[in-house]
Amino acid sequence: MYQNQILLAIDWILFTEKLVLIIVVVMVSLFVAMYSTYAERKVAAFMQDRVGPNRAGPFGILQPMADGMKLFFKEEIVPNFSSKFLFILGPILAMLTAIMVSAVIPWGDKLFIFGREVTLQIADINIGILYIFGVVSLGVYGIMIGGWASNNKFSLLGAMRAASQIISYELALGITLIALLMITGTLSLNEMVAQQKDNLWNIFLQPLGFLIFLICAFAETNRTPFDLPEAENELMGGYHAEYSSMKLGFYLFAEYVNMFLSGAVMTTLYFGGYDIPFVNDANLVHTIGQNWVTIIEGAVFFIKICLFIFFFMWVRWTVPRFRYDQLMNLGWKILLPLALFNMLVTGALILLRQNHWHF
Amino acid sequence: MEALTNRVKPVDRRKMNFWERIYLPAVVKGLSITLKHFFKKKVTINYPEEVRPFSPVFRGLQILNRDEEGRENCTACGLCALACPAEAITMECAERKPGEEHLYREEKYAAKYEINMLRCIFCGLCEEACPKDAVYLSETFAPANYQRKGFIYGKQDLLIPDPKTDPEGFAKAKGSRIKHPQGHGNEH
Repeated sequence: MYQNQILLAIDWILFTEKLVLIIVVVMVSLFVAMYSTYAERKVAAFMQDRVGPNRAGPFGILQPMADGMKLFFKEEIVPNFSSKFLFILGPILAMLTAIMVSAVIPWGDKLFIFGREVTLQIADINIGILYIFGVVSLGVYGIMIGGWASNNKFSLLGAMRAASQIISYELALGITLIALLMITGTLSLNEMVAQQKDNLWNIFLQPLGFLIFLICAFAETNRTPFDLPEAENELMGGYHAEYSSMKLGFYLFAEYVNMFLSGAVMTTLYFGGYDIPFVNDANLVHTIGQNWVTIIEGAVFFIKICLFIFFFMWVRWTVPRFRYDQLMNLGWKILLPLALFNMLVTGALILLRQNHWHF
Repeated sequence: MEALTNRVKPVDRRKMNFWERIYLPAVVKGLSITLKHFFKKKVTINYPEEVRPFSPVFRGLQILNRDEEGRENCTACGLCALACPAEAITMECAERKPGEEHLYREEKYAAKYEINMLRCIFCGLCEEACPKDAVYLSETFAPANYQRKGFIYGKQDLLIPDPKTDPEGFAKAKGSRIKHPQGHGNEH
């Protein structure tokens, strides 16, 4: 009896702390996704010598709100030839899986609030990177189900493309990660960041690995040049051709959330996470205190992610879309062997180092 | 065969070498080009705030002119309607009554003067045909309208503001357009 009661006891403070953190992280992700749409339009315009949206508010800063309002007011259409349940499930899944990734990303070091140590990570699970993998590959279900339920050949084509594309690129992605994991020896993202804080960032140890990871990340988030599932001019929007109103909004939004979070994952894995570059964080803690350092680290992390988002957009407005056979060739005949090669070389080097560089 | 222009670029069908085949250098080159454009000066003109100046020979909406004393110049002779290749102009004349000398310059005037702006091609032939300097093209263009009948401009739409009561409006409507530019064949 007594034991049971203790087992069921909930640490309410921890619970609220995590709840607040979850709400903040989700809100921030959505906010960033919202302003990514604005940034995308601005970046696109600037790269094409235009000025972009500049009517709603100063510099068009309120444009995302206007777009959101517009989507809300659109008629919600569920085609009567569709499978209704799956049709509604599709965007939900897409959004859910996009946001779930944020749970294991360490957004900063610890804060001391009212004498409590608060880690800025929702769940420091020891299989963090595997979890991300699982969730990301679930992401394709949102697209698959949406495309299937639309009961329309273009949607179905888009969905099929998405499925085979993500499967093809997930392989290379996984194998590059193996090379990374051999170096770090841990699956926990928090520990990876801690290692990179003290040593070199992983990008310097795994440059080829990062390149492959980056290309695969583009493919996984369905960004140009890998945006074949939604290819506007061949498939009329692909899997979301039948969607309207906020259901369409969810799909488009999920793409931007994905972009934000894949930027976060790449920063965590290869660019030192929330590590402040050129500064010894441990020394800084002594001079200005842990809380301030954590806040700065969070900001630095954010800046790194924003640079990634900019890079995603920059590539989108530079590189044209692949043809489907080119996409498959790249995935299976180039990236996969390269990833294997990278893994092999990394493994050999690690083995050599353990042998003190003797064969 | 002789090339038609000096900008012909023959298609290079050689096999790509390794450096070209990995594509990444080409991608980086493309990225640098787009980044250069990112910082370039934008060509957009923010229309309602910034207005692109019209050419001095721009031909816009017609205007019915008045003389310095605010009297209408038009005598409804019909030469503009005759000259109009789009047949956009119609008019009805009336005789000036005693006591209307301050309204109309000559004994005959246009009681009704209509231009269908949907037909008008803004060629300016009406202006050239007019012997009384009564109709000429200004520096504005027809605003959008929801209905066709809104595009049939009557006298109240076309008449220039009175120079005696509203000299500013008169000057603005008159504009700085060059009415008989060099080389249009009508210099004499």
